[in-house]
Amino acid sequence: MIGLFAFLFAMWLLILGGGGIMVLILGPISFSDFGELDWLFSSAFKAAFAISLVIIWIFVLLKIKNWIFRKEIAS
Amino acid sequence: MTELIIPAIVSCVVAFFTVYLITPPLIQYLQKRNFTVQDVNKKETVMVSRPGGISIVVGIIASEIILYAFLQLNEILAVLITSILAFAIGYVDDRKVMGGWFKPIALAFAATPIIFLGAYDSNLAFPLFGEVQIPILYLGIIIVLIPITGNTINSIDVLNGVASGFMVIASFSLSIALFILENYEMAIVSLPLGLISLAFYKYHKNPSKIFPGDSGALALGVMYGAIAIVGQVEIVAAVALLPAVINSFLFLASMRRIVEHRQIKGKPVEHTEDFKLKATNDTTAPITLVRLILAKGPLTEKQVSTQIFKLATFSGILAIITAVLMRITL
Repeated sequence: MIGLFAFLFAMWLLILGGGGIMVLILGPISFSDFGELDWLFSSAFKAAFAISLVIIWIFVLLKIKNWIFRKEIAS
Repeated sequence: MTELIIPAIVSCVVAFFTVYLITPPLIQYLQKRNFTVQDVNKKETVMVSRPGGISIVVGIIASEIILYAFLQLNEILAVLITSILAFAIGYVDDRKVMGGWFKPIALAFAATPIIFLGAYDSNLAFPLFGEVQIPILYLGIIIVLIPITGNTINSIDVLNGVASGFMVIASFSLSIALFILENYEMAIVSLPLGLISLAFYKYHKNPSKIFPGDSGALALGVMYGAIAIVGQVEIVAAVALLPAVINSFLFLASMRRIVEHRQIKGKPVEHTEDFKLKATNDTTAPITLVRLILAKGPLTEKQVSTQIFKLATFSGILAIITAVLMRITL
């Protein structure tokens, strides 16, 4: 059970950290070289960035899961 | 804020007593019509009425219509319509076994009233760091979040009382967070969800007299997701839901595809001779939250439920801390 509480806490920290990256890095990004299509390129880039973040988040979670629950999963 | 006290009290009383009073006759009606399923975690053959989603959705409709009569907010309509659509999708799945992709895709469509009614703010707020503007991306978040909240609650509905008990803890945590963030209107919109879950828990707890079914679990989960969106507390809501998210995450990570529980051949959990729950060594079975809880040894169904509620309480506390942190910007 301690492992599950630790996993919950790790997920919470990842959410807080991910939020920081979203606001500090993703938020200020905007393009100004495409005229009326600036918003489209900005949105597309932000979407791709956010999806990449989610994929990294899942990858990190998988690593944490395997580390915390290695005994349980092996059994 | 004082003008919200009467709508809050009336909607909460109606939410609780609608479900509390409707569920017993619904149990009898479903038994007479032979709408029952076996409770596989009981030693004797016990048939339990299903779906209890009918009383849940009546409670949602009654309480939210009262709130709409008082406040006339598009946000309430969005929550109400989305929850009814989720109930309908679940009811189809209760009556006829649908493929693994049916619910996620159908629930994505169920999210569209939130968009069409404009009941959202495309700024995503994070604790400590402030907001980020993502107008186009946020539409995608709405379409994804509703199926996720619906399916995570549905996937945790594996033991007597767990789905409804979990929703009591998560939704009251969300309500407290909304009060902390001074979003009082959405806080009182969210209160009926906790009371509906609490009233249903009385009949769903071990030994269950009724199961919510997909219709009930999806209605509860989707209402929760819709409140998170219209109340702009997506991150807080995600934190309160973490034990259920872990369950879905472990399931998907081990199965590597979206699949209906009924289509899985391997059993993650089996029974001991004294009918305690025990984790199996079946490598084809998914890893689930219950399986991990049972990794140290067999437990009764009630003991496993208690462990899940402890995890839900822990994540509820983290959600409330998250709401406090949202009031602080570095």
